[in-house]
Amino acid sequence: MPTNQTTAEAIRVMTICNACRYCEGHCAVFPAMERQTVFTQNNIDFLSNLCHQCGACYQHCQYADPHEFGINVPAVFEQARRESYTQFLWPTFMQPAVLHGGKFMATTLLLAISLFFLAIVGLSGMSKIFAPQVNFYNLMPHSVMAGAFSLSAVMVVVSWWMTLRRYWHSISLPSPGSIRMSTYRVALASALTLKNLDGGHGEGCYESGESPSLWKRRHHHLVLIGFVLCFFATLLGTFYHYSLNVPAPYGWLTLPKILGVTGGIMLLVGCAGLFWIKQTADQRLVSHDNGYGSSLTALLFLTSLTGLGLPIAKGTGALGFLLAVHLGCVLALFLNFAWGKFIHGFFRFIALLADEHQKTKKN
Amino acid sequence: MTSKTHFDVIVLGGGLAGLTAAITAAETGATVCLLEIAPRALRGGNTRHTRNLRPMHASGAFPMEGAYDFDEYLDDLLRVTAGDTNHALAELTIRESNHALTWLQEHGVAFQRPLSGTLHLGRTNAFFLGGGKALVNSLYRFAVQLGVHTIYEATDIALNISGDRFVDLTYQQINNTHRISGKSLVTAAGGFEANLDWLEEAWGPAAKNFLVRGTPYNKGDILRQLLDAGFKQIGDAAQCHAVAIDGRAPAYDGGIVSRVDSVPLGIVVNNEGKRFYDEGQDFWPKRYAIWGRLIAAQTDQIGYAITDAKAEGLFMPTVLPPLKSTTIDDLAKQINIPADSLQKTIGEFNAATVSGSFDHQALDECHTEGLPINKSHWARQIDTPPYSAYPLRPGITFTYLGVAVDDRARVQVEHGNPSENIFAAGEMMAGNILGRGYLAGIGMTIGNVFGRIAGREAARHAN
Repeated sequence: MPTNQTTAEAIRVMTICNACRYCEGHCAVFPAMERQTVFTQNNIDFLSNLCHQCGACYQHCQYADPHEFGINVPAVFEQARRESYTQFLWPTFMQPAVLHGGKFMATTLLLAISLFFLAIVGLSGMSKIFAPQVNFYNLMPHSVMAGAFSLSAVMVVVSWWMTLRRYWHSISLPSPGSIRMSTYRVALASALTLKNLDGGHGEGCYESGESPSLWKRRHHHLVLIGFVLCFFATLLGTFYHYSLNVPAPYGWLTLPKILGVTGGIMLLVGCAGLFWIKQTADQRLVSHDNGYGSSLTALLFLTSLTGLGLPIAKGTGALGFLLAVHLGCVLALFLNFAWGKFIHGFFRFIALLADEHQKTKKN
Repeated sequence: MTSKTHFDVIVLGGGLAGLTAAITAAETGATVCLLEIAPRALRGGNTRHTRNLRPMHASGAFPMEGAYDFDEYLDDLLRVTAGDTNHALAELTIRESNHALTWLQEHGVAFQRPLSGTLHLGRTNAFFLGGGKALVNSLYRFAVQLGVHTIYEATDIALNISGDRFVDLTYQQINNTHRISGKSLVTAAGGFEANLDWLEEAWGPAAKNFLVRGTPYNKGDILRQLLDAGFKQIGDAAQCHAVAIDGRAPAYDGGIVSRVDSVPLGIVVNNEGKRFYDEGQDFWPKRYAIWGRLIAAQTDQIGYAITDAKAEGLFMPTVLPPLKSTTIDDLAKQINIPADSLQKTIGEFNAATVSGSFDHQALDECHTEGLPINKSHWARQIDTPPYSAYPLRPGITFTYLGVAVDDRARVQVEHGNPSENIFAAGEMMAGNILGRGYLAGIGMTIGNVFGRIAGREAARHAN
């Protein structure tokens, strides 16, 4: 039996969709729907996370408002997805981070920036923070930064592990080892290429209205690639620091800097694009999420912006303050990794994996 | 909105036929105004509920799964219509259908491989990606880009026809009356299947129990005005395409999801609990179209498709669950038919089944013997609870009555020449080609073919 209103509505919608099937060619959701013999909380958790919110099925639905059936798959699935993030989140007392994403971001950001500001003041003294600085390790030693973020990273990974294994089991995936390598490969390819945002005809998604557009997919690619570049820049910096004994700051033409700056710019453009797409989206497709979705975009944007600002502020009195803001953004982003919208990527990958697994099992 | 009141071409109706005509005319440089009676969200007439068309094609290139040539197409058409077709127009339609796919693709319509659950249509029919509404959206987008002036919620259209010539028309929009004139008029406003009063003229009170599967806007107003103006009628009002659908479906616009595909897997009884036709005569996609008429002939225009547990999962899922029970008596009570009669029917049916190997995907050997009405295939005893019942009603899809046209889509005067500036396309004239019967996807084919012809000829006349 459905446990709540969203699931009940999702089941009602899927029952009608399964009798129609006109949208079968748009994305993976509808062929997956057809494989289910009955709709339950568990397969709604699966199907809703398989949905990439492209909007094609809504714009093309003969049963959408004002039809009495009032079908709107993207809207109900967005709601259902968010409920699945809440339901499986570990630890459960962090659920308000999903339910009130905007407030969670604002609070954590404020606290994190203050924390780093006070830490710098405590470590280096008030006089130093507003004095022109060239090297930010004078403000906060590398070991403190590395220590704080290593600890955060451990916390992030533990909560991912706990959250995702619960989701994994609930949608009836077998143990990770028993899934074929080729299944992982196909699912990963779908995830990375955002195959399900192509509309089925390659012309893109319909979030902004009746005309397909590839911009959501492109901007998401920019964000993902930018993020990966920044991640590698950080790893490489750590390697330079510990193994090569070359501490930051690095020159403009060093590899960590090139990766970081390129990634940062991609993130800025991509996040701004995604934000713009969300603002101009067909309002019938979006449900109010209390800033949950936008908080990840905002944090990635702010982190990149402040990160790119650091080398520019080098040698000025702004460096200390900017460093506190940047580190605060990064810490708030880490909290988002664990309990914010960031986990959508993992949920979606697991759903794609389950989809591919069901397909191969059937053949 | 512009205040322009004179156009080269005025198109009435914004389904596939009207859109095709409007785009074709606009592409020749003509100024075009398209009047759609529905609000924007419900535009597109019955095209909104469609999903494929049937083009003649030489090869199995995407999205088709094999060739479908002229002769086979014509054979199919002659078979289903039992010859009730205008041969010249039928041949023209088939020849021109060869270009339908390309035309639609060039105008932004995407296709896909056949949908699941569409038996045997992969070779002959091309499926619209996302269904008919996706096609409608694409074509409107294209029409607007071409500068077609599109007016929604244009109701109470009154044609001013002088002799056999269109002069101008008035329409209502949000309580205001507007008058526009055009050199040519393309009528593509659909049939009258949503006009229960008109249906009642042909069907009697039974029509009140019909469900309309498609748009509630096809009232036949334009068709009626053309007939009243003396243009030649084709087909008769009692001919309509009606299928057996879930009796609990919405009165209008239920579309594809109102289907119930369990009929061949069990028996169908009327409200006296008696069977009335061979449920296993052929595959359901080939038979559902006769069942609307069969149900319409029963008392109160209702039937009940009854199956047992063995049939579960073998047919397309339905929106509403069936009425269910572990006993026949209780099931009979739920559907309000005499229990003893239903018991007797099922008892006699079970006793008459001949054992054989069951295969619901083939014309199998399971049948009955010795009944007044035997079941030819898929006849298995109804003996495994729970038992299910779906109420069935006639669901009307389209009407055949229309106006006669020539090969230039000009409407014909009863005794005389065709009109020089009034053209028809789509369901309003489909009866010229499909006088009776049904061939999946032929309606959309006629809509596109005659839409192109009407658009071209209307623009030519305007220049």
